[in-house]
Amino acid sequence: MQKEYSVLVGGQAGDGIKQAGNTIARLLNRVGYWVFVYEDYPSIIRGGHNFAIIRAHQQKILAHTDKIDILIALNQDTIEKHSERLKEKHLIIFDSSSTKAEGLGLPLGEIVKNKGLPQIVRNTAALGALASVLGIEFSIVEDVIKSSIKKKTKENIEVAKEVYDRAKKFENSFKLSVLKNQPKPLLTGNEAIALGAVKGGLKLYIAYPMTPASSILHYLAEHEDELNIATVHPENEIGVIGMAQGAAYAGIKTMIGTSGGGFALMTEHLSLAGQAEIPTVCVLSQRPAPATGVPTYTAQGDLFFALHAGHGDFARVVVAPGDIEEAFYLTVEALNLAWQFQVPVILLCDKHLSESTFSAEFDESKIVVESPKLWKGEGEYRKYVLTKDGVSPLAFPGDEKATVKSNSYECDEFGITTEDPQLVTKGHEKRLKKMKTIENELKKKETVKIYGNPKSDVVLITWGSTKGAVEEVAQTYNLKVVQPLYLEPFPIWDLRKHLEGAKKIIGVEVNSTGQLCNLLEFKGLKVDERILKYDGRPFTVDELEEKIKKIL
Amino acid sequence: MKIEDLKTYTENTWCPGCGNFGIEFAAKQAFVELINEKKIKREDIVILSGIGCHAKIVDYINVNSFYSLHGRVPAPATGIKIANPELSILGFAGDGDAYGEGLVHLIFAAKRNSDITMVIHNNRNYALTTGQFSPTSPKGFPGRSTPKGSPEPPLNPLELMLVSGATFVARAFTGNPNHLKEIIKQAILHKGFSFIDVLQPCVTYYNTFEFYRKTVYELKDHDSSSREAAMKKVKKWNYLDGEKGKIPIGIFYQVKKPTFEEIILKEKKPYGLPIPSLKKLLKRHNS
Ligand SMILES: Cc1ncc(C[n+]2csc(CCOP(=O)(O)OP(=O)(O)O)c2C)c(N)n1
Ligand code: SF4
Repeated sequence: MQKEYSVLVGGQAGDGIKQAGNTIARLLNRVGYWVFVYEDYPSIIRGGHNFAIIRAHQQKILAHTDKIDILIALNQDTIEKHSERLKEKHLIIFDSSSTKAEGLGLPLGEIVKNKGLPQIVRNTAALGALASVLGIEFSIVEDVIKSSIKKKTKENIEVAKEVYDRAKKFENSFKLSVLKNQPKPLLTGNEAIALGAVKGGLKLYIAYPMTPASSILHYLAEHEDELNIATVHPENEIGVIGMAQGAAYAGIKTMIGTSGGGFALMTEHLSLAGQAEIPTVCVLSQRPAPATGVPTYTAQGDLFFALHAGHGDFARVVVAPGDIEEAFYLTVEALNLAWQFQVPVILLCDKHLSESTFSAEFDESKIVVESPKLWKGEGEYRKYVLTKDGVSPLAFPGDEKATVKSNSYECDEFGITTEDPQLVTKGHEKRLKKMKTIENELKKKETVKIYGNPKSDVVLITWGSTKGAVEEVAQTYNLKVVQPLYLEPFPIWDLRKHLEGAKKIIGVEVNSTGQLCNLLEFKGLKVDERILKYDGRPFTVDELEEKIKKIL
Repeated sequence: MKIEDLKTYTENTWCPGCGNFGIEFAAKQAFVELINEKKIKREDIVILSGIGCHAKIVDYINVNSFYSLHGRVPAPATGIKIANPELSILGFAGDGDAYGEGLVHLIFAAKRNSDITMVIHNNRNYALTTGQFSPTSPKGFPGRSTPKGSPEPPLNPLELMLVSGATFVARAFTGNPNHLKEIIKQAILHKGFSFIDVLQPCVTYYNTFEFYRKTVYELKDHDSSSREAAMKKVKKWNYLDGEKGKIPIGIFYQVKKPTFEEIILKEKKPYGLPIPSLKKLLKRHNS
């Protein structure tokens, strides 16, 4: 029995390819498969070429493959662009009203038109054809449409049914076995980040739209009432971080999100978070840069930027989730750490994690929201009182007994501006202490993940979303994978342990210089080979397999 | 509560005779009176500042404060108000600060009618950086960056605030601190975005005391509920010195509109509510 199926659906922007990807994923989820959806779309609203690859597997997967079983083409372009991906045994489902190909051609455009429906409904028609080919009962298709298409639901079901029946000739040509697994929630990385934040105590999300971070704002704004939060879209990213810091100073857990360009605008306030010690959690979802770069594609080129953004020396945390569960749980951690230590925390991800869809398994009962160090109300309140660990207790405006003075200048314990050399030195020492304190805290946590064969002396080291493809390839070749979850403080204590004795260390990253590899080398760990990709696309499993085969 | 109760131990470093003293006095006196009148509580006051000579004011007043960055005051001020609508938020900013570096934040705070008060110490130069021209310096101002005279005409911040949607627009003069105090009190009590442009002589780089003393007069018989009337009065003086005529001070415009915080928080105030279970929502991702 075939273990996995990959379906590519393609058309123009405006054809509803994203929704098609989503409904196909739901369909496969319903019959017990683990799902991963990769979305590929240019930065335009109409025209161009959009596609989604939906990969379903009997086992957990975190990446897609280049090779596909079924190609669903809503236009000719899709055939020309993707035929090469087809495996030997394959099927093309296409709209014969607009497209020529060999396979299952049905006049989807006409069927939809005859029913007086807009052309976008062709994507539901295609879903009907696919279900028939895969031998999935129509009742499941009906359920999926009901739960995901809110407008003209009945008509959509009728269209799907007509196409389902007319696809009889190819019925069961890719008959998949229905698995016993319970279906799982399907979420994008950004949705997982949003929900993780809520479980971490988020009350206010503030952002200015920028792909690929925007969907966190969209999702939280849509669900703000049931999630007990508020959302704001201010004038620009400087306004975003300024507002968030005001709210955090007043005691409310906030988060902000952006991509490289917006993060660049925020950097002065990032430094303010360091000086004034304001908990500031920022999601930085990377896309290819410099400047506007390639807005709707992916990259891991902002690692050094995240590590070094902001003037001056101050403590920060950079955490880099690589899959859907990490996105969820590490966002809780990000909020915890920001508030425990009153520092900026950057949650570094990329388009590939933010916008890909995964089967998710979240256990809400596992979540621990740490309480920050709060002032006990004794004596006079001093916002920057010097302590052993560098962390001063928090009080908030509105407290009768405390006067809370926050300062962007170097200041004394009370928060009054100073230029006194001794106090300036003490300010730095306070921040240095916090760096040490955070490092000690991380030493108690899982900072590095290991996959594959832990005994292998060939080690693949990677970070963020790239771990999806790397992990799968490592299984094929029986190699070890090392993935740091935290990049600042850099878990050198753990990495050294896991890299010791390796004969060959291979770095795999989606950027042009090998930023993690460089970081490792600064820290004295040699990386033997670098596999880098910088075309805006993530590694697929088969592509990476080829590259690693050549090195081994 | 007496004015001395709001003093900090900080040594004041403004130049003797600086107009900032008048603002510090007026703000403190306004707080004291509002506290004694039981209209606000001391612990609910939060003051903010940008960066510049004006900004030192937060070190001098013993209430909650947020010393922010150059130009950015309206952003954290709005954030504080969203986080805790019970608080009274007063932002102090310079003219370089609010009308130059961070103008967009000021316009948007006015546009969204955030319930905060902005007091602009308008000394019409960049004082802390040693006297360069600012957005409200008269054309030809011989600042250090424009020794041949500033090439740009000034902007009229009151006009700008009126068209941006501010629901309280006023001007005051530090040489008339009691009048300024009254305006600050009313601005704090106003529900919505309050804006006060304060004519603040800088004795070191642009001493305008004598000029203002001669030209400033208090608005009388003015209908502050009319935008047209306000616009007319606001245009009486366009920050072009040497111009004939007089400078009106007082409240030009005041209307009541729903505030930004009321709109976005609705009835709910999310902060008191528990962290929700995700069960139901996740179910919708799984069907
Ligand atoms: C981002 C940034 N740019 C420049 C400066 C330098 N700087 C400090 S104060 C100031 C101008 C002050 O002018 P104003 O806001 O009018 O305040 P004043 O000193 O006149 O009270 C400048 C440019 C800074 N602190 N931050
Ligand atoms: S330089 Fe001007 S504004 Fe600054 S303290 Fe002196 S008089 Fe006041």
